[in-house]
Amino acid sequence: MLSISNLSITFTQYNQGLRRKHLHVITDLSLDVQAGEVVAVVGSSGSGKSLLAHTLLGILPTNAEYTGTLLFQGQPLTQKRCERLRGRAIALVPQSVAYLDPLMKVGHQVQRVAQLNGVSPAAARTLTHQTFQRYDLATNTQRRYPFQLSGGMARRVLVSTAVVTQADLVIADEPTPGLHPDVVREALTHLRELAEAGRGVILITHDIEAALQIADRIAVFYAGTTVEIAAAQDFSTGRLRHPYTQALWRSLPKNDFIPLPGNQPNPEQLPEGCLFSDRCPWVTPECTANRPALRQINNGWVRCIHA
Amino acid sequence: MLNAENLWFRYGTHLPWTIQEKSMAVAPGDVIGIMAPSGFGKTTLAKLLAGYLNPAKGNVTLDDKPLPKRSYNPVQLVFQNPELAINPRWRIDRILREGHPPLLRHLDALGISSSWLTRYPHELSGGELQRVAIARVLNPQTRYLIADEMTAMLDANTQALIWQVVLNIARQQQMGLIIISHDARLLNRLCPKCLDLTHTHPSEPNLDEMLPTY
Ligand code: SF4
Repeated sequence: MLSISNLSITFTQYNQGLRRKHLHVITDLSLDVQAGEVVAVVGSSGSGKSLLAHTLLGILPTNAEYTGTLLFQGQPLTQKRCERLRGRAIALVPQSVAYLDPLMKVGHQVQRVAQLNGVSPAAARTLTHQTFQRYDLATNTQRRYPFQLSGGMARRVLVSTAVVTQADLVIADEPTPGLHPDVVREALTHLRELAEAGRGVILITHDIEAALQIADRIAVFYAGTTVEIAAAQDFSTGRLRHPYTQALWRSLPKNDFIPLPGNQPNPEQLPEGCLFSDRCPWVTPECTANRPALRQINNGWVRCIHA
Repeated sequence: MLNAENLWFRYGTHLPWTIQEKSMAVAPGDVIGIMAPSGFGKTTLAKLLAGYLNPAKGNVTLDDKPLPKRSYNPVQLVFQNPELAINPRWRIDRILREGHPPLLRHLDALGISSSWLTRYPHELSGGELQRVAIARVLNPQTRYLIADEMTAMLDANTQALIWQVVLNIARQQQMGLIIISHDARLLNRLCPKCLDLTHTHPSEPNLDEMLPTY
């Protein structure tokens, strides 16, 4: 359904109007998403995971330039096409109610999204009603304003905005930070259901444990690239391929809780060769010669020459 | 000793009580976790303990005296989002130099690189900025640190790094830590004592009750 290959994004910035600098925020990113599956994009802040969502929704800032191939349902995803598909074939489950119109009742907002998808006003009303019922939102919830929603209700309203679109690809951006475990589980279950209904779902998160609850595959981002794409079960069975993914897994509170020293490189000063080479416990001189390509090992993908 | 006695609080006279009859005591060097479902007033309690809010009844004292209102507050609060605590127009070095500048070795331990110092907050990632916000409060004048979902937005590796450093410094400086989180596994790692807000007595975190089944 969605196929991204060798996507690179550069931001051009001006320093006090005098010096121009180029920031390589995404380098050689590749990822496929099929209908009916949940692919989690996991990474730290600054790894480029949100920029991926912005690219697919056609909302990158104007100083961004990209190269590489983006195909959606076999057709190139140009800026124009992104804009046409946004909120229709490609929908976002926003991070928080801050994305909703604070002055409009939520029922009305969901209905508007449905109408934007070519549904008649009457049918949009029915659809909104059914969707709220399906998510256990009382009828009077429709008349509430965004600020009147509790954390759990807000998640259900936000997922409703994507459900009424009939979108083939649903992108959920950080849907769970700081929420109570029950609310997290519920929000994730709703995303899983969207995939079961035949949609493709991209779950963008920093939280591996949340991702593992529902994802079929996990794409691990580091410094603007995909270092590994693994099946969810590869994590608990110790079959991870990339040293960064292994370190990330070990640093969880339920595992060793020991961090890997160092920082993700700055986009202005990316290391030569492998982007992980300045922190990698396995580094050899060959690692800094070239950017390693993504290669297939054990039904997964890894960007490491020594994996 | 940071002491909260019989705290009551509500956001308006017609609204229900958010905090009712809560007491707790934290000694220097203590590490205490607070766990509760959302809506149980965890953040309100944090703000009461740091003196950001005044209780309707009850009081908060530090070594038997009220918290200072004018000088540096020895009870510091760090939230989930660093953006709220940081002046977006200042460069990082100015943000760090404000008040009591952190020790160089603390900056190193948190992985704060000298190249960040000349940047503005929007030029750092969320995880980098949160480390700056934390570095600011790790000075010896801070006697108690309240961490309200301090690492909830961060990846596992950054989370582990931050807690390793914060626990170390707290131990060295005999700083009391109050750690508020929805993550039972994290609290289990960090806190010998854990307070369940639905009760008032410290208890061992009950993992079976708190965790989703995977
Ligand atoms: S290519 Fe080399 S530096 Fe990069 S992850 Fe593999 S071993 Fe480490």
